[in-house]
Amino acid sequence: MTEPLEFAEHPTFLFGRLSWHSIPWHEPIVMSVTAVIFLTAFALVALITYKKAWTSLWHDWFSSVDHKKIGIMYILLAIVMLVRGFSDALMLTSQQAASVSGAFGNGYLPPEHFDQVFTAHGVIMIFFVATPLMIGLANLIMPLQIGARDVAYPFLNLVSFWFAAAGAILVNLSLFIGKFAATGWLAYTPLSGLHYSPGVGVDYWIWALQISGIGTTLTAVNFIATIIKMRAPGMTLMKMPVFTWTIFCNSFLAMLIFPILTATIAMLTMDRYFDMHFFTGGDGGNQMMWVNLIWAWGHPEVYLLVLPAFGMISEVVATFSRKRLFGYSSLVYATVAIMVLSYLVWLHHFFTMGAGASVNAFFGIMTMIIAIPTGVKLYNWIFTMYRGKIVFSAAMWWVMSFLLTFIVGGMTGVMLSIPSNDYVLHNSVFLVAHFHNTIIGGAVYGYFAGLTYWYPKISGYKLDEKLGKIACSLWFVGFFLAWFPKYLTGLNGMTRRLFMVTDKQMAPYLYLSFLGALVILCGIIVMLYNFYYSHRHRFDANLIDESGDPWNGRTLEWATSSPPAFYNFAAIPKVADRDAFQALKIQNQAFRRKESYPRIHMPRNAWEGPVMGIASLIMGFALVWHIWWLALFGFIGIVVSWMRRSFSSDKDYYVETEEVARIEGIHHDRIDSAMTKASFATRPLLSPAGKSV
Amino acid sequence: MKFRTPLYPPVLVLIALLLQGCDYALLSPQGPVGEQIRKTLLITAGAMLLVVIPTLFMIVYFARRYSSKHADVEKTYAPDWDHSGKIEAIAWGVPIVIIAVLATITYIATHELDPRRRLSETQPMVIDVVSMNWKWLFLYPDEKVATVNELAIPVDQPIEFHITSDSTMNSFFIPRLGSQIYAMSGMENRLNLMATSAGVYQGMSANYSGFGFAGMKFKVHALSRNDYREWVANVRSAGVPLTDAVFSALQKDSRFHPVTYYSEADPGLYGKIIHKFTGVTRND
Repeated sequence: MTEPLEFAEHPTFLFGRLSWHSIPWHEPIVMSVTAVIFLTAFALVALITYKKAWTSLWHDWFSSVDHKKIGIMYILLAIVMLVRGFSDALMLTSQQAASVSGAFGNGYLPPEHFDQVFTAHGVIMIFFVATPLMIGLANLIMPLQIGARDVAYPFLNLVSFWFAAAGAILVNLSLFIGKFAATGWLAYTPLSGLHYSPGVGVDYWIWALQISGIGTTLTAVNFIATIIKMRAPGMTLMKMPVFTWTIFCNSFLAMLIFPILTATIAMLTMDRYFDMHFFTGGDGGNQMMWVNLIWAWGHPEVYLLVLPAFGMISEVVATFSRKRLFGYSSLVYATVAIMVLSYLVWLHHFFTMGAGASVNAFFGIMTMIIAIPTGVKLYNWIFTMYRGKIVFSAAMWWVMSFLLTFIVGGMTGVMLSIPSNDYVLHNSVFLVAHFHNTIIGGAVYGYFAGLTYWYPKISGYKLDEKLGKIACSLWFVGFFLAWFPKYLTGLNGMTRRLFMVTDKQMAPYLYLSFLGALVILCGIIVMLYNFYYSHRHRFDANLIDESGDPWNGRTLEWATSSPPAFYNFAAIPKVADRDAFQALKIQNQAFRRKESYPRIHMPRNAWEGPVMGIASLIMGFALVWHIWWLALFGFIGIVVSWMRRSFSSDKDYYVETEEVARIEGIHHDRIDSAMTKASFATRPLLSPAGKSV
Repeated sequence: MKFRTPLYPPVLVLIALLLQGCDYALLSPQGPVGEQIRKTLLITAGAMLLVVIPTLFMIVYFARRYSSKHADVEKTYAPDWDHSGKIEAIAWGVPIVIIAVLATITYIATHELDPRRRLSETQPMVIDVVSMNWKWLFLYPDEKVATVNELAIPVDQPIEFHITSDSTMNSFFIPRLGSQIYAMSGMENRLNLMATSAGVYQGMSANYSGFGFAGMKFKVHALSRNDYREWVANVRSAGVPLTDAVFSALQKDSRFHPVTYYSEADPGLYGKIIHKFTGVTRND
C-alpha cells in the first residue's frame, strides 16, 4: 500500500504543487490535532471579535514599534512554540519507550512521522523557542538597561518580529498542508537534496529558516546600533551591565553568522529549485561543503543562545546576593573570548568525517579552550554569592539549577571535544544528552531566571514565588530523570534518531527518560498556570509592583515604572557607576520627582510591519508549493510596504511636556504609596539606599 | 537549604542505573582501538571531575553559608566587594591548567587513534563497506564474496575498512570495537579496527540517513581463523552471485533488509560505486 504523494507531480499554474492529497486526510492523529488548532483559533477570533478588541490589538500590539511590546510578542511566540516543541519531545520519548516495550507493535509512530517530529522538534526549539525568548528579553530589557527610549531602528525591529512569526507559522502550516522535513534539524545533504527528499518538507524548512533568519540578522544590526549609539551619558562600554554586554557580543555573532546560513540555504534552494549541484553527490557537488557551512553557522548559533543566558544569570545573581557582581571585567573579557572562539570550533561537529589527525586535534583543542572563559564565568558567579546575603527567590532558584546542571553539561562537553572520544560518542544519545544539558541547563534555565526576574518590569506584578519554585523543582528533577539515563544509554552504544529501539537492555533507561519528560511537562504546566494565577492576583500586596523596583535592582531598567511608560525614561539618567541605579539609590536620588520634563520625540506605529510579515508568509508558502504568481505577489507586498514606510513623512511625533508630567506624576504617586507599605520595606534588599540594615 | 531536596531522586536513580549497567558497550570494548578510547574517556572524565566535584561543593556550600537566613551572614557581608586578584588568578588559572593537560592528551590521542592509522606493521585485511538505502553491503576483496547486513572478521586480525556510500551519508559504527567514521558517496574513508576476543557484536549506522535508518543494523561475528574460513565457505555455498542485475535490485530502497550472502562479487564493484559520483556524469 503506497500513500499518495503530498504534492502534485504535474504542477498547475494556479495551485502549483498543491493538490487534494496535500492535506493528510488519512492520518487521524494529524487531523485531530488540526481540528483542535482550528477550533482554538476560531474560538480566539470569536472572543476577540466579541470583545471588540481587533482595533486595540492592531494599534497597541501588532503595529506597535515600542520595543517592549515587540519583546512581549516575541516571548508569547516562544511560549506558544514551546508547547508545540515540547509536544514533539513527548512524542519522541514515548515512541522510543513504547517501541522498546513492544506496546502497539513497534510503538505508534512510523518512521515517516517520527523523523518529521524530531526534525520539527529541533527546528522549533532552536529557532522558534530559544531564539525568540532570547530576542524578546533582550528587546525588553537592553534599551532600558542602557537608558534609551527605544532601539535604534524601531520599525526594523517590528519587521524582524513579523519575519520570525512568519517563519514559525510556516513550520506549523506544514503540519496540515503537506509535510515537514524529515532530515534532522540541519538537513544534511545529500539527504535533503531533491533526489532523496522530493517532497515539500525540506522546502518548508528552507523558507521558514530563510525568512526568520533574515529577521534575526536585522535584529542583530539593530541591537549593535542601539548599544553603540544610544547609551545614556556616562555609560562607557565598561560601565555597561553584563546582560547588555552579552547582547552586544551576541549581536556581532548573529550579524556575522546568519549571512552564512542565508547563503548556504540559498545554495540548497538552487539545488532543489534549479537543479544545480552545490551539495549533491555527483556533478561536482560536495556534501562535505554543506556540513562545513551549516556548522560554521550552527556552532556560533549555540553560543548565540547561551551568551544572553550568561548575562541574565549575572544580573540575577548580583541582585539576589545583594552585592556587586564579582569580576566584572573578567566576565566581559570572557564573553568576548567566547564570542571569538565560537567561530573557530565548527569542525568538532564532524570529527568522524575523516579529516586528518592534526586538523581534528586543532579543532578539539580550540573547543576545549572555550571551557576556560566559561569556567571563569562560573567562578565569577560563585564568588558573587561569596560574602553576599543571598535571597532565594524563584529567580535565584533558577540560577542554582543553572549552576548545578550546566556544570555537568560543561564536563561532558569537554569529554566530547576530544576527537578520539568523539569517535565513539558522536551521534550517540550521550551527545544528545550533552547538548540538551547545555541548552536546557544553560540557556533555558538562564532565560527562565531572567523571565522571572524581569516579569514585574514587563507586567507590573511579580510571578507567584511559590509556584515559580515548584516549576523550577519539577524542571530540575525532570531534567535529570530524562537525561541522565540518556548519558548512560549513550555509553552503551545507543545512537540517536531511532524510531524503534529493539535492544531490551535499554528499556529501563528509556522508561525513566519518558518519566522525566512527564515531570518536565508538569513543570511547564505549573509555569503556564503561574502566568494565569499571578495575573488573577496582580493587585495582591505580595505581587503588585508599584515602585518599579520590586527586587531592589542595581541597573537602570529598575529606574522606570513597571511597566515602563512608552517613552521609558522621562529624563535620560546620567550614569556614574556600573550599578547605575544602585548608585542613585545610595545618593538618595533614585525616586525623586522632577520639576519639569522635556518633550519627547517618539516613532509612530507602522502597519507596514505586520503587512510585511503576512506578505513574507504568503511568499514563503507560495515558494514551497511552486505557486509562482503568488510568490511574486508576496514579494511585491514586502517591497511596497517597505518603500511606503521609508518614504513616509509622518513617522514620528512629540509627546508634550504636560503629558509626560501627567504620566510621571502617576508613577511617583505609586512610588509614594509603595514606600508607605510594609511590602516595600521587606523587598529582598531592605533599604532603598542599598545599605545593609 | 531547600533547593537541596530535589537533588536526591536523580542521584539515587543515577546510582541504581550505574550499578545495573556494568557492561556498557563503550566501557567494555573488545579491541585495542576501543580499549584506548575507553582509557582516554575515563582519564578525561576523571580530570574534569577533579574540578567539577569541588566546584559543585563550593556552589552548595556558598549557597548555604551566605544565605540571608544564615546566622552569621551579617559578619561576612561585603556588598561592595567585587574584585580579588588572587581569586581571579585561580578562576583563570585552574581551567587553563586542566585544559593544558587535556589538550596534550588530545593531541597525542588524536594522532594515535587516527582512524587511518594501521594497527600493525603487517598488511591488514581489507573489507569494503558500502552504505545503501537502507542496508550495509560488505565486500570481501580477498575472498571475492559479499554480504548484506552481516559482517564476519577473524579475531586478532587487523582489519582496514574502506568505507563509502551508494546514497545518503551514514556512519559506520561498531561500538564494542571503537571508532566510527562517515560513509559518503563519491568518497572513501578508512577505518582500522581489530577484535581481540571472539563474539557477536552489534554494528550500526550512527548517522541518520532516512526512513529506513533504524534498520541499518548488523551483527559482527568475530571468529577464530577456522570459524572464519568456515563462514566464508558457507557464504560461498549459500549465496547467489552479486551480478549487475542483482546489485541494481539491491540499490532499491529497502528497510530492515534481511541478512543476504553473495557467493561471487566483483572486487571492482566498490571502485565503480565511488566513481559514479565523481566528475560530471549525468546525461539526462
